[in-house]
Amino acid sequence: MGYLPVGSYVEANKRIGEFLEPYLRRVESMPPGTCPIAVQQSLLQTCAAQTCGKCTPCREGIPRILADIEALLAFEADQSVIDDIRKRATLLRDTADCAIGYDAGALVLQGLEAFKDEYASHVERGVCAEETEQTVPCVTLCPAHVNVPAYISLVQEGDCAGAIKMIRKDNPFPTACALVCEHPCEERCRRTLVDAPLNIRGIKKFAVDTIAADKVETPARLESTGKKVAVIGGGPSGMTCAYFSALMGHDVTVFEGRKKLGGMMRYGIPAYRFPRERLDEDLNAILGVGGIQVEYEHQVDAAEMARIAKEFDAVYVAIGAQGGKTLKLEGSDANGVMSAVELLGKIGDGDYPDFTGKKVAVIGGGNVAMDCARTSVRAGAEEVTVAYRRRLEDMTALDAEIESAIAEGIEMMCLQAPVRIEKDAQGNASALICQPQYISAVKRGRPAPANADKPEIRIDADIVLIAVGQDIVSAPFEEFGMEADRTYFVADEYLAAKGFDNVYVGGDCQWGPKTVIMAIAAGKTAARNIDTMLGFDHQIDFGIEVPPARFNDRTAYGRVQVAERPARERKNDFDYVECPVSAEEAAQECGRCLRCDVFGIGALTGRGLEQW
Amino acid sequence: MVNLTIDGKEIQVNEGMTLLGAAGKAGVDIPTLCWMKGLNDIASCRVCLVECDGELVASCNTPVREGMVVNTATPRVVAARRANVQTLMEGHRYECGTCVRQETCALRTLASEFNVSDSQFYLPEKAPWDESFPLIRDASKCIKCMRCVAECSKVQYCSVWEHSGSGPNMNVFAKDGLPIDAAGCALCGQCITHCPTGALTARDDTGKVMEALLDPEVMTVVQVAPAVRAAWGEGVGVAREDATPGRMASALRALGFDKVFDTDFAADLTIMEEGSEFVEFLGSDKPRPMFTSCCPGWVRFAKLHYPQFVAQLSSAKSPHQMEGAVVKNTLAAEADEAGKRIFVVSIMPCVAKKYECDVPQLATEKGSDVDAVLTVREFDRMLKMFRVDCGALEETDWDSPLGLSTGAGTIFGRTGGVMEAALRSAVFLITGENPDFSACDTTDSTPEKPWVSKHLEVAGTPVDIAVASGLGNTAKLLDALEAGEVHFDFVEIMACPGGCVGGGGQPIEFNKELAVERAANLNALDEADTLRYSHENPDVQKLYEDWVGKPLSHTSHEWLHTDQQTWDI
Repeated sequence: MGYLPVGSYVEANKRIGEFLEPYLRRVESMPPGTCPIAVQQSLLQTCAAQTCGKCTPCREGIPRILADIEALLAFEADQSVIDDIRKRATLLRDTADCAIGYDAGALVLQGLEAFKDEYASHVERGVCAEETEQTVPCVTLCPAHVNVPAYISLVQEGDCAGAIKMIRKDNPFPTACALVCEHPCEERCRRTLVDAPLNIRGIKKFAVDTIAADKVETPARLESTGKKVAVIGGGPSGMTCAYFSALMGHDVTVFEGRKKLGGMMRYGIPAYRFPRERLDEDLNAILGVGGIQVEYEHQVDAAEMARIAKEFDAVYVAIGAQGGKTLKLEGSDANGVMSAVELLGKIGDGDYPDFTGKKVAVIGGGNVAMDCARTSVRAGAEEVTVAYRRRLEDMTALDAEIESAIAEGIEMMCLQAPVRIEKDAQGNASALICQPQYISAVKRGRPAPANADKPEIRIDADIVLIAVGQDIVSAPFEEFGMEADRTYFVADEYLAAKGFDNVYVGGDCQWGPKTVIMAIAAGKTAARNIDTMLGFDHQIDFGIEVPPARFNDRTAYGRVQVAERPARERKNDFDYVECPVSAEEAAQECGRCLRCDVFGIGALTGRGLEQW
Repeated sequence: MVNLTIDGKEIQVNEGMTLLGAAGKAGVDIPTLCWMKGLNDIASCRVCLVECDGELVASCNTPVREGMVVNTATPRVVAARRANVQTLMEGHRYECGTCVRQETCALRTLASEFNVSDSQFYLPEKAPWDESFPLIRDASKCIKCMRCVAECSKVQYCSVWEHSGSGPNMNVFAKDGLPIDAAGCALCGQCITHCPTGALTARDDTGKVMEALLDPEVMTVVQVAPAVRAAWGEGVGVAREDATPGRMASALRALGFDKVFDTDFAADLTIMEEGSEFVEFLGSDKPRPMFTSCCPGWVRFAKLHYPQFVAQLSSAKSPHQMEGAVVKNTLAAEADEAGKRIFVVSIMPCVAKKYECDVPQLATEKGSDVDAVLTVREFDRMLKMFRVDCGALEETDWDSPLGLSTGAGTIFGRTGGVMEAALRSAVFLITGENPDFSACDTTDSTPEKPWVSKHLEVAGTPVDIAVASGLGNTAKLLDALEAGEVHFDFVEIMACPGGCVGGGGQPIEFNKELAVERAANLNALDEADTLRYSHENPDVQKLYEDWVGKPLSHTSHEWLHTDQQTWDI
């Protein structure tokens, strides 16, 4: 035996490790519309790089599959090439010695299934599949396709009012989205290649904090068409449809079941995340267009719906998902047990609960569960516990929401499956009993929990809040004749309700509880399609132009994050939790924008976004 | 206004202008390739790079900003431009010696200017294509500049071309991956004249014509479209003022054709037929408007994209088809006597006519009207093959009796010309008196506007006419007609912007639209002509006396008319 060197491979691996970070960012910013087969090719090239070369199926198989994929990408392959890929990948999956090989085979086979249409298009039509076309990532991933680079550029040029006008071209809720949007636009931001995705929501927040949305004028209404459009439900989807329909010259009546407009933005999202006066800024601007009449506390039953469908030229049903889902738990009839929808709904009308001295247990792991828990803290609860069946990282709530909740002193009890609610002699809830879980095999893409061999635990609780999802209240509309598929209304891709000529339906009630921006996207789509159905093709002049691009700043920066007020302070009130984005922070974020609408493929396809 | 410095020159330009535009204003020349003014500023070729504030940027789509300092010819800029041209060449099958675009290829010019050396890369292989189609695309020569995509979608509204594929496989394809003959192509040929390389060309039919010229049993008859006389000299280096119709007739004889006729004669004949048809139409309650039918690009466009209007086309064949039909029918005896069969060649500024001459529904009992169509580019190539010294040729007359024409026939080659010629004779047919030229004037027709219109009173009858050229403009006019926004009695359509003078078969000069210049040439010939009314053409009158009888007669219908609805597409 000779001498043993210390750490001989460490240095080389450290250098590779440093290189993996930009590699990862490359993957994270995969442009939407990238040809999936090209993505498969690059994935398989990575597999090839990792192959040690010992075993036949991996060493010989991967390069041959790559050659096949290359021929496919060059539109020089027929069906036999796909068959060859399948044959070789199956061999790779079934006979490779280690995961580098068999996982590579499995990935290829998975891709063959997942991208069946794309493979077929390459072989049969000799072109990429229809939606395979790179575009401007943020604009494409925003469900309402807001022209993000344009409004960022306007903020950069100091024109926050212009930015709001630009946002409103596609979305009349700039304030709502500045405060509570889940910002899918940031997911594949090309800036990730340089440093990190832009804080697009933060920039929008700077704009609406600089000038309130209701101080920025809306476009003039087009000439009246004399057509009457009814909107059932004054939430984000309904009011978006109302806004654009009114601008197009139609006379709009909104039928709202509650005392105020805003839907889940008022009756679901707590005020500390979205102050009501900020919501009113958007609503004031929308109503300021004119031509929108609102009938408050107007319940719509089957007969009323029939009347509306008859008397109006078009109806947009956007009733949201207002019913709180329940759990079949023993003891859920106890006093102190309520659904998230019930709790947050009351707050929407200013009816705040008093939980002083109470112990609160929240069931669920989504954003609504966090809303309930954080609301309980503010309502004076002595102790707040979130009980969740899976792990912290499996929670569907945004990371920032979970972190904020923990900072406010909320206990996250994970891997606890609620089994029953204990009640005292008076019928009041006294505890939530949970069966501990352990995380087990992945089912349907998520690691599933299983009962752990541990005794039940008891969480003291006077109040139990159930936040496990929402349902739609579809009965009156089904009676009227609309079709609901399990819990959601059935509509075609243009949102026309099945079986009706003039009834459109969209938002949470059509695709299940989603986000504000998705509801807005549905409302915009409905407005366009109703306009078309009524025989028009109105184009609205939003009176705003896209500023010319500055050169890309290639210096790497850190991403500016929106901060929250200190937890020990904010948890005592219902006031807005976030701190303002400063002017220099906004300027730096705007300066990071790569203007993908001008540079790269945007020059070829990114324009023409002015009309929708 | 914005102040900036370009190569040390301080200049002031309008806000929103690009660096390329500003440089032009400062008299600084920047090479371009993919850029087409107002149509294609995608900055893909990276040839128009300039240095600005330490960065290399594409000047074609970078807007000016206050205080910019721009340098357009530093060693760094030149090296980068050259490297990009070299890279483009590596992806391009540069077999220039056998390429029809060798003298007009913008890439070849740049490669030469940038002293680009031989590549170490293998050249791409020629891609398969249906070589029988009049429009040929060779993907191995495509440099993905997207000019064809822009021209076809933004100017011609056909959107035949689109890009697909990613990364190294990104390429231009016919719409939805369809075969070209099913992709809605009108065959206007504008993508060819706007292609910077030889990736898009018209099918070469010179071989077929050479065979006919070599065959002792063939009587070769050639005819030349009105717009050819305004452009043929460009490809053989003869100045516009020297490239006269008389020299062109001599040049055709130099190629060995037995009979040399002028399609202008048939243009006059077309006016007699179409004009008479219009006079009849005016008195009828047929749906308005009647459309001209001389342009096969327009006929294809209508059939493919606006079939609802095809029934309203004039039934008159296009002039060269009429000429062919007349030749085949009236010279048959002479050919028989000599023991020859007739082969008619049309020299046209057009690609669509390569399709038209093969439409079986156009044939008469004497067979196809026209046996081969050559573009002006092919004609010029033949003149070079024969080493004809065109500038030194004596001027000669056209063969008679199918060669004499009027100025009215000559202006057929530009937008508005068919309408103007038709009005000159239609008014005569109605009133018995020749109208003033000014009353019929359409020289304000331009592809810059969707259409131009004119209102006339003819013997107390109001007549509203419109003229459009370019298929995008055509689509706008048809949409307006369909929406009831406008009302016309007679509409002239030419598929190419500016009419045949801007035709897809004309000589190519990179980034130059020559339609207006060529049209001026035709207008000058018309003004100088002693005969300017089609109905006064003595050869046309004689044709009616000897053969056809009168316009719209039975023989006229057999020879000179068609139903476009029945055409194979």
